[in-house]
Amino acid sequence: MPDQPLFLERASFRRRRLGDAARVLPVLAACLILVPVWWMPAQVSFAWGAVWLFGTWAVLIAAIWALHRALHRADAATLRARRDIAQDHDHAL
Amino acid sequence: MPFEALVAGCLAYVALMFGVAFAADRAAARGRVRWLDHPAVYTLSLSVYCSAWTFYGAVGYASRSGLEFATIYLGPTIVFTGAWWGLRRLVRVARMHHVTSIADLISARFGKSNRLAAFVTLIAVIAATPYVALQLQSVSLSFDVFATDSLTDIPMAGGGGTALWVAGGLALFTILFGTRNLAADERHHGVVTAIALEAIVKLMAFLALGVFVVWGLADGPADMLARIAERAGDPGWILKPDRWTALLFVSGAAIVALPRMFQVLVVEAADEDRLSTAGWAFPAYLFAMSLFVLPIAVMGQELLPVDANPDLYVLTLPAQSGQNWLAFLVFLGGFSAATSMVVVCTIALATMISNHWLMPLWLMLRRKPQGDDPEDLRGFVLNARRLAILAVMAVGWLYYQATGGTTALAAMGLVAFTGMAQVLPAMIGGLLWRGANRRGAFGGVGLGFALWLATIFLPSVGIGSPLPVPPGVDPLAFAIFLSLTVNTLAFIGLSIFGMPDPVERLQGLSFVSAVDPVRHSRVARGSDQVEPLLVMARRVWGAEDALRFFQSEAAFQGKSGYLPDLTPRFLTRLERRLAGSIGAATAHAMIDSVAGGSELTVSDLMQVATEAQRAKEETQRLENATTELARTARQLQEANDKLTALSVQKDAFLGQISHELRTPMTSVRAFSEILRTPDLSDADRDRFAKIIYDEAGRLTRLLDDLLDLSVLESGQAQLSITPANLHDLIERALSAASATRPERVFRVEREPLAEYVGIITDADRLLQVLINVITNARKYCDAEPPILSIRVRRTLRGGAQIDIIDNGSGIETARQSLIFEKFARLNDPARAGGAGLGLAICKEIMANLGGEITYLPGQGGAAFRILLPRRPPVPVNAGLRRA
Repeated sequence: MPDQPLFLERASFRRRRLGDAARVLPVLAACLILVPVWWMPAQVSFAWGAVWLFGTWAVLIAAIWALHRALHRADAATLRARRDIAQDHDHAL
Repeated sequence: MPFEALVAGCLAYVALMFGVAFAADRAAARGRVRWLDHPAVYTLSLSVYCSAWTFYGAVGYASRSGLEFATIYLGPTIVFTGAWWGLRRLVRVARMHHVTSIADLISARFGKSNRLAAFVTLIAVIAATPYVALQLQSVSLSFDVFATDSLTDIPMAGGGGTALWVAGGLALFTILFGTRNLAADERHHGVVTAIALEAIVKLMAFLALGVFVVWGLADGPADMLARIAERAGDPGWILKPDRWTALLFVSGAAIVALPRMFQVLVVEAADEDRLSTAGWAFPAYLFAMSLFVLPIAVMGQELLPVDANPDLYVLTLPAQSGQNWLAFLVFLGGFSAATSMVVVCTIALATMISNHWLMPLWLMLRRKPQGDDPEDLRGFVLNARRLAILAVMAVGWLYYQATGGTTALAAMGLVAFTGMAQVLPAMIGGLLWRGANRRGAFGGVGLGFALWLATIFLPSVGIGSPLPVPPGVDPLAFAIFLSLTVNTLAFIGLSIFGMPDPVERLQGLSFVSAVDPVRHSRVARGSDQVEPLLVMARRVWGAEDALRFFQSEAAFQGKSGYLPDLTPRFLTRLERRLAGSIGAATAHAMIDSVAGGSELTVSDLMQVATEAQRAKEETQRLENATTELARTARQLQEANDKLTALSVQKDAFLGQISHELRTPMTSVRAFSEILRTPDLSDADRDRFAKIIYDEAGRLTRLLDDLLDLSVLESGQAQLSITPANLHDLIERALSAASATRPERVFRVEREPLAEYVGIITDADRLLQVLINVITNARKYCDAEPPILSIRVRRTLRGGAQIDIIDNGSGIETARQSLIFEKFARLNDPARAGGAGLGLAICKEIMANLGGEITYLPGQGGAAFRILLPRRPPVPVNAGLRRA
């Protein structure tokens, strides 16, 4: 019994940290896309800029994909843990 | 490629689109929505963002300004990185309130104000019209590329003919699949599926062209990069940081605020979970669409004449290289991009125009319907939408004709983006800040709109002069910055110094904390006021959908039948569902007019707010338990009411049956007594014998009925199951029933074609039911002239549904649950002249046949619905015997 609430806490802790990551990601994306252009517009306007932008873009897509998958799993784990506890509680009653 | 072949191919493609949309609508109507609801379809439908402006204009944009074109796709990508908490939240709140458009969202948030919605609609229409014109122009230009041989002297506005044909075809498509029905949620499966297919076509076309350009015309990616690097001296290609930032911002705003994007992203979404796939898949789609833009632009500049139109490089490059099939594929891709954008944009605008302009105007101007006047609001709304679709398309075409086409496609798209971005502060503020209020929204959006009109829109059509800006600052970026800053400041300032009214505060709470507070209403509880609401809902949704909604609400409360209790929860849900068809403001006003005003005071609001807060904190289990408890209590209440009524009825039954048996018995005895007297004339003897015979017959009939009923009730009735045709049965029933009160001439309204439904059942028993119901209508219908309408529908599982409706005064609500009981005669027995067993027998027969007979309230007369399964169920004891 005492293990279960611990698991819930760990699952929901992880879920919350992933939520934080989801909030930071847009800020990070905006910085990656804006800063080089403000910093050295002449250099990023041609071939290297194209490589940088499309590279960043691909990385962002992969990051969103990984994050959403992790969030889905974390949500499912939290839900499962909560349901297990509720069931244990019912049995105890 | 010959022009005729092009037109033929294009027509075949259009026919395919019509077919796909038709098939998807059919599948949805049959309840097969699983593949239609797939996240991939949703993601692909988001690609209406890539209009013809993307398809043709992006390359032109890139050849003029280099990498700057990418802002239009990077902005949405940044927004989608926040899909998990941002967009999901938006979709959840919008679905909770059944929002139909961006104007509806703003209006619902700020106290269901229709004036605000009408204003946002105005902005959307002004911003989108040039954008629609742009799509028509691009299709007509692409046709001209094939029609003329020269690459350079393509007229900007070729004859309006092509554009007119395209506009007409698109209007037809949109009206056919966009205004098919007025669903309670504003979703269009046919349209969405067709644009998902178009999304694949345009992506494939663009990728094929890109591969051809990079590996066919150039020498692979490394060579391509070297060619781009050679452009290093071009001053037009140097990125301007202020412009870069401003464009990223407005394109990010556009992905939620453009009417068509709001339509596919929010309104057509089944739930917010779609976004966990679309969150990465849509940026990936944009990435794929942008990847080859720069290479195509560079190769176009190198290989084509200097004065060739860069907006048409995607077509002229493959045509120049003799790749006719590739050119045709690219043409189809561009055609797809333009048509899908126009269709969705027109649907979104038409919804807004009909819900926020035409509908309120009409409700204000028309005279109040008298009594139970079956006013058909659904027809009005649908026609209003059709009219709006035609109007939007016509204005778009006229705009294209009047301006003669513009040289740069990109400028027009940006005008639309910046216009709709003015709605963004009010939208985001409304979702995040409870203090935001209507005055702030009006002020902010109004000022932003005025500045946009003066500094961006009017200069774009050649009226007025652009803003004088400080040297070194980009004029467009400056105008965007200025209008959005003034907009936001006015929104915040006016919100801080204003006090919202209670409705608005309640909506603010609901939007910001994504909870679902219920409407607080002073309407008396009870079901006698529900029927007017049902009548109203029927006017909007049609009889079938309205009944289904009311039945499911009643079932949720644990009640049987079609009339739920008038609980706050029910009223809230009804209003939200109506809002899904006609907009929040109108739905609110209509419910108030029927169910009585809900004057919300501040103390009510406090109560509701604390309730909502508490409900949020309660655990799910407790909530479920409470709902369950309430349901059980209602069921018990209903059972108890019925038991009491039945007990009274049982006593009445015993009294009644003794009376019914005694009356003929008494006369039989009395007349047999008389017959025994010897000095009786033959004539008298005959007369008395006949009376005895008739009375004995009446006794037998009564006993037959009772026996029949008890056999049916015990489930031991012998059924002779045969195939039967409903049309014949109804025909026979009508002629058999015409003997009852033959002096009354009924007008019978039937739909002969729909009646040819073959079913397997006991035809004689079913006939008995039909005769009984029709005879009842003939007996009790008191209207002048009497009308009887019979409607047959095939149900989803292959059974049949027969509605028999007269136009009399119907049965009052309190008695509706008793009419199927034994000896329940509603009017005076003398007039009816039956024992009152008819409907009880009907109910038992239908139960034996595996169907049911129910009373339909709110149909403007007595109405019965007979539901039949495709075949009767196998009796339980038959299976047991075999075992």
